[in-house]
Amino acid sequence: MASEKVQFEVHEAPLSPERRAFLGRVSIVLTAIAGALVGIPVVGFLLGPLLQPTADTWRSVGKLDDFEVGKTVRVAFLDPSPLKWAGVTAKTAAWLRRLSDNDFVAFAMNCTHLGCPVRWLDDANLFMCPCHGGIYYADGEVAAGPPPHALLKYPVRVREGQVEILTSAVPLG
Amino acid sequence: MGMLKLLKQFIDAFENRTGLIAFFTALAEHPVPPDTGWWYVFGSATAVAFVIQVVTGMALATSYISSTGEAYDALNFITTRALFGNLLRGMHYFGASAMVLLVGIHMGQVFLMGCYKYPREFNWLTGAVLLFLTLGMGFTGQLLRWDQNAVWSVVVAAEQSARVPVLGTYVARFLLAGKTLGGATLSRFFAFHVFFIPAIIFAFIAIHLYLVFHDGISEPPLAGNPVDPDTYDARYQELVEKHGVPFWPDAAWRDAVACALVVFAIVALAYFVGAPALDAPPDPSLLAKDPAPDWYLLWYYAALALIPRGMTDPFIFIAPAFGFLVLVVVPLFNRGERHPSRRPWAVAAVITIVMMILTLWIQAKRAPWSPNFAAAALPPNIIASSAPDVNRGAALFHTKGCEFCHEVAGFGGHRGPDLSMVGARLTHADIVIRVLNGGTNMPAFAATLKPAEMDALVAFLESRKPR
Repeated sequence: MASEKVQFEVHEAPLSPERRAFLGRVSIVLTAIAGALVGIPVVGFLLGPLLQPTADTWRSVGKLDDFEVGKTVRVAFLDPSPLKWAGVTAKTAAWLRRLSDNDFVAFAMNCTHLGCPVRWLDDANLFMCPCHGGIYYADGEVAAGPPPHALLKYPVRVREGQVEILTSAVPLG
Repeated sequence: MGMLKLLKQFIDAFENRTGLIAFFTALAEHPVPPDTGWWYVFGSATAVAFVIQVVTGMALATSYISSTGEAYDALNFITTRALFGNLLRGMHYFGASAMVLLVGIHMGQVFLMGCYKYPREFNWLTGAVLLFLTLGMGFTGQLLRWDQNAVWSVVVAAEQSARVPVLGTYVARFLLAGKTLGGATLSRFFAFHVFFIPAIIFAFIAIHLYLVFHDGISEPPLAGNPVDPDTYDARYQELVEKHGVPFWPDAAWRDAVACALVVFAIVALAYFVGAPALDAPPDPSLLAKDPAPDWYLLWYYAALALIPRGMTDPFIFIAPAFGFLVLVVVPLFNRGERHPSRRPWAVAAVITIVMMILTLWIQAKRAPWSPNFAAAALPPNIIASSAPDVNRGAALFHTKGCEFCHEVAGFGGHRGPDLSMVGARLTHADIVIRVLNGGTNMPAFAATLKPAEMDALVAFLESRKPR
């Protein structure tokens, strides 16, 4: 007879049931740790905008003399910390009304119904929303339609002859 | 001959190592129930629309720039200068439209024919997830146009997601990538649209198709032949063993024809109609914008306008959640009759939903709730009076914004009642009281109008009566 051909070589003894269970658990725990090592920074990166608050900034929107008492005008200003590539979307706007010599009120342009941009109608003395017909009086209070509450306001101040608005988050709700 | 032999050897070796030929042959030839007919093509048709989205999307992505400052210019470049750019954008748009439409028809057919009943309940659920993912793709895709409409749609979406209880503000800021719309917003939606959601869609389509093969294509429903989980499997096996036909080509040829028609229709629409026009360049500081979603979400936009005052917040959150819940609950009714003629409530439900969406959609097209800012001042032939106060009143009717909401002889908006004949309907006192005090949907003008203006406006309104 020719020499017997080697078919298989087995070096490891079969695992005991306890060891099988243990090694199974080790594999699962290692996989979970590896998954967390990759997953935590990924999820953290996505949630970054929530976890890294940006400070609000006072932005000048014009000289005090530019604004007429009793008039409501649109003012545009930059976001708190615009990214270089934001382009024109770094800008936002508000409706600014001069109440008296040193007293201003700045309304967010978002309708409190669904957030559409409200328009100021100078002759009618009203804010009107194009989306669903929400209407507000000159003081921002709801005049008609679906808005649940008055227009939100931005903090505004006069400093060294400049009217400044505190940039704030998109008013939500 | 030598070459042929070599090729056969190569194929044999390939098959020996992969088994792919046997795998796909088995899939192609597996027996399916006879007489499935044309109603069964909509799943494949939806899939082919998705493939068009993937292919055209990959091509468009090579020229798109997900930068808020530059995306609009990139869109313009793709539309007007890139070879086939306008056609590809058109195909991507009509492909999206086709996918939403076909996924709806597919779901309706599966529901009406009771195909979601035992043992295919789980596949109904994967389909429900795919429906919501498809709508998510539609919305995020519309935003990538990054024109004025897209910018304001993002703001409106953030405002709506802020209504989710407890987590609302976080969800909104997650979407905006910050406290305000800005440089980080668009790249986030771009990543959702081309990586996150498609990855989940691919996974769910894989499960969906696997389950189609695992559970078998449902046999056409027969009235008086209810599904009983205890006996269904044996009966289905018997049916396909005795009367089954190979999937390819006996059943698949209809899918092939339907898919080809879908592709022809998408390419033809893209060629003859072209890509959807871009709105004005994005500028969140310009406020003269009435943002509206593309047609497939327009009906929902109308629903938001029509819900009663004060109900908006709960509706925004509860309505989609309720819709999804209904879809999840459907497969609990997994036994009994499948044929629509034995399920009148199922038929009534589908008709109601279709009618509701169509009605809302038609309303959204008219948007009677939106003030008509473009309303022109009333011309002299409509005023039809030489009285100075009537003419002054007509001018005030326009400048004070009345005309944006009220129609007079075809001019103006539809938000409020038509005032063409108001002089015949209301007394002098009624008109004065209404103008001074306003109403639920009308502002009070007591503080805005001077007495002389009030007199002129009322004189004009009183003059609106049959001549």
